[in-house]
Amino acid sequence: MGMSDLVGYRGYEPVIGLEVHCELDTLTKMFCGCPNSFGDAPNTNTCPVCLALPGSLPVVNEKAVELAARIGLALHCEVRSSIFHRKNYFYPDMPKDYQISQYDEPINVNGWLELPASGVRIEIERAHMEEDTGKTTHVGGGGRIHDSSFSLVDYNRAGVPLVEIVSRPDIHSSEQARQYVSELRMLLVSIGASKARMEEGSLRVDANVSVRPEGSGALGTRCEIKNLNSLRSLVRAIEYEIERQVDLVSTGQVVVQQTRHWDEAGGRTIALRSKEEAHDYRYFPEPDLVRLDFDSDRVARIAGALPPTPEQRRARIMSLFDTSTGADLVATIVEMGLDVLVISAIEHGVVPDRALSRTANEAAARVEDALNLDPGTYARLLMMEQDGKLTPTQTKAVLQAMMDSGGEPESIASTMGFEAMEPDAMVSVVTGIVDAHPDEWQRYRDGESKLAQFFVGQVMKATRGKANGKEVIAALDKLKADAL
Amino acid sequence: MRASAGDVSAQVRQGRVSATSITERYLEAIESFDGKLHAFLTVMAGYAVEQATRIDKLVEMGKDPGPLAGVPVAIKDNLCTRGILTTCASRILENWRPPYSATVVKKLERAGAVIVGKTNMDEFAMGSSTENSAFGVTRNPYDADRVPGGSSGGSAAAVASGLSVVALGSDTGGSIRQPAALCGVVGMKPTYGMVSRYGLVAFASSLDQIGPFGTTVEDVALIFSVIAGHDPRDSTSLKVRRDVDTGSLVLAPAGVAASGQEGTADAPDGPMLDEDAYIWPAGHSLLDGAIEGLRIGVLEEITSDAAPDVRRRVEEAAAALVSLGATVEEVSIPELHYALGAYYLIAPAEASSNLARYDGIRYGLRVDAEDVTSMMSRTRSGGFGSEVKRRIMLGTYALSAGYYDAYYGQAQRVRAVLVDAFAAVYRDYDVLIGATTPATAFGVGEKTGDPLAMYLSDVCTIPSNLAGHPAISVPFGAGDDGLPVGVQVLAPALGEPVMFRVAAAIESAARSLPPPPVCFADGMGVQSDMGDGHA
Ligand SMILES: [Zn+2]
Repeated sequence: MGMSDLVGYRGYEPVIGLEVHCELDTLTKMFCGCPNSFGDAPNTNTCPVCLALPGSLPVVNEKAVELAARIGLALHCEVRSSIFHRKNYFYPDMPKDYQISQYDEPINVNGWLELPASGVRIEIERAHMEEDTGKTTHVGGGGRIHDSSFSLVDYNRAGVPLVEIVSRPDIHSSEQARQYVSELRMLLVSIGASKARMEEGSLRVDANVSVRPEGSGALGTRCEIKNLNSLRSLVRAIEYEIERQVDLVSTGQVVVQQTRHWDEAGGRTIALRSKEEAHDYRYFPEPDLVRLDFDSDRVARIAGALPPTPEQRRARIMSLFDTSTGADLVATIVEMGLDVLVISAIEHGVVPDRALSRTANEAAARVEDALNLDPGTYARLLMMEQDGKLTPTQTKAVLQAMMDSGGEPESIASTMGFEAMEPDAMVSVVTGIVDAHPDEWQRYRDGESKLAQFFVGQVMKATRGKANGKEVIAALDKLKADAL
Repeated sequence: MRASAGDVSAQVRQGRVSATSITERYLEAIESFDGKLHAFLTVMAGYAVEQATRIDKLVEMGKDPGPLAGVPVAIKDNLCTRGILTTCASRILENWRPPYSATVVKKLERAGAVIVGKTNMDEFAMGSSTENSAFGVTRNPYDADRVPGGSSGGSAAAVASGLSVVALGSDTGGSIRQPAALCGVVGMKPTYGMVSRYGLVAFASSLDQIGPFGTTVEDVALIFSVIAGHDPRDSTSLKVRRDVDTGSLVLAPAGVAASGQEGTADAPDGPMLDEDAYIWPAGHSLLDGAIEGLRIGVLEEITSDAAPDVRRRVEEAAAALVSLGATVEEVSIPELHYALGAYYLIAPAEASSNLARYDGIRYGLRVDAEDVTSMMSRTRSGGFGSEVKRRIMLGTYALSAGYYDAYYGQAQRVRAVLVDAFAAVYRDYDVLIGATTPATAFGVGEKTGDPLAMYLSDVCTIPSNLAGHPAISVPFGAGDDGLPVGVQVLAPALGEPVMFRVAAAIESAARSLPPPPVCFADGMGVQSDMGDGHA
């Protein structure tokens, strides 16, 4: 909960709806065979279709349709037959000067997304398909189109498949907005629909914000905020906009319906255009494409192959624990995508607490590398520890090696010389250490128990980590008892 | 006699005449005669000779260059030809060379055709006289003071004057059939979706179809069989096959929906994807079959308002069909009165969107200005002609918020009503016939000041575009002024086989018109009895 939620907004309630654009993770673009890939040299992933050369025609990418349907299903939407429309407006980075989008017959309608922390359901109005535009760089001036000396356009992104997910105005704080986008982002990655990287622009958010007196059911005049490139700017922009609007209405002024731009450096929103200046998009059905039929069989096939959502993945891990403690840790593990490691370990017989802590500590510290681990192999490593074949120290060392360069835990352990010590050999090492440190031994016998760590450390050094700490302490205690 | 495609290809395939010599003769003829007509915007001399040489090599090697071996073809300048100017007769594309070829161009070349040039047209196919070309008018080969019709006037004039054996045009509201009628040649618009639009510069996407011109129905059917067929690059392209037993065309079970497979949609300028493109087996005639027993309607709405001399030709054609054993009756579709109005909302609406891309950013004309908005505005103001601007404004208005439902929406409802009305009539009739144009060719400049009068010259052809049906215009003698008259045959969707059959019957009954005064009639160098080549 942010500060504002605690102190309220001076008697006003914010009403927020979010429009989230996500680029679909396809090999090729929405309507042509060009690669859908980020970061390539400008204008290398282009062809007559995505450059809108005269005479070229769009053909729908089947995979994009499947991913859009996955999104709809994961958001509990109705997935239906749909058509494409043209949205007409002139802009240099939009090659056809119209965008192929969906209008009154979108593929997905009427769904919801549950916020994990509170269980609040945010309703989804629609999630429709469209194509992305190119990218314009304005050179000179303030970096804006109107005062620049020239502009450069890269059409690599033009025609990349997008799904726009439109929530109903069910969000009432910047924190809820953050949770919604965060959960949605995780969901999109989880079902393989999008890389959903805000920093690369493959997930973009517009926020519609209005305020109304607390308890009122009416909607206030809204402003749409664009250019929200991170969760942080989303929260800051919404907070700023709420305060701006409350300032206005609480002093008897009116909010003008506007599109506003978030100025990250200045920490404020700036008016771009008012309703009167809004585009007339002249939507009409795209005559170059045919209806996209979606029968119940096809929906069922896609639903049957739908990877689990974050919600389902969290529930799956929690079902393996007796208590609900560790829910936050589980949420983090799922967000990192490491839940497969935990589940695999538990299924191979590792005690749940051990599986969770090894994953949350060692694996999570190197999450990119951990994501490359084979879950079954990871489970075998944790079982070796659980069976006493490896000490915790050895286990961590083997895990680091596996994350460095892969491999099997058994052979890595053997290469590192991590054979479990024979008990007799370990006891003789302990005896030797005790003999070498008579002063410490005397103080330990006199009750200075924290010296146990000193002896464990010495034994570890002498055995190069082969000894088990708990067994060393047991051996010390036995020596102490014998000496009495 | 003007040469026919069938004769040319037969002689080339048999090695009796070389494709190169034919090509050179036609290039010379274009050189000598086209100054009077201005049918061509670009003559592809070097390219044509290259193609012809390739075909002659194939013949020498004993390989079959295809059903159009060595046939000179002219194509409308709104069809993309790789590396060769494709201007749409517009300043805005004056210097544009596409990096890819239209599917129909590839299909023609695969069949052994030799493309000799790009023909004049009304700018972006908007017009009925070829006077809206930014690069000068084309003259009617029968009378240089008359228009050839339009928008495919250059293609019609080229075939009529023998400067190419066959030609391709595009037909959005009659742009093939109307100039074919006015120039005394055969011109045909296929069922919507029968021929791929990939590489046809769009005017009105839901109405545009590419189709052939020829001097005979047989040639037109031959070209049609080469260019028809499904194209995975055009989502509206139909999957059609020919039923072996009945000879009729049927939709393939897969239906009409087209969608690309992830990762397999190859480069749009790559080779054709559909290797099974010929709907008709080689050598099979589309014209086989009897007329006897056919039920034919004379469509009142496209006939009764035509000039008396044109009407008389339609009546004679009807009588000829009766004499061949068909039943002929008058039939009326009153809903057709709304067709012209619906067309002039739908076509401009789609055009306003299709032509938005000519913004000076990526290709074509750019008129520089202080900022990007002014640059776009100046480019479009300077690059488009007045008829194109008129239609963009009309279409933009028809799609505007608050007007959409009353204009574009209403026009689409009218279109649906027309489709139903046609369907009802085709339950009782196999084909319909009528006039192609209200009158013979009008004078150059006669209608340029009156857009509405110009629009009315498409009144007989527009219904087939709105319905998506095939239709063909067949020359049927002359009007009182001695200029060509066309009789139109309309058929339901996929009705090309019966349409061609009836067209061939009408053709055989027609009093043949002498070749036009401006005519190259010595295509193969074996006949020189007709036409001295001088106007
Ligand atoms: Zn492309």
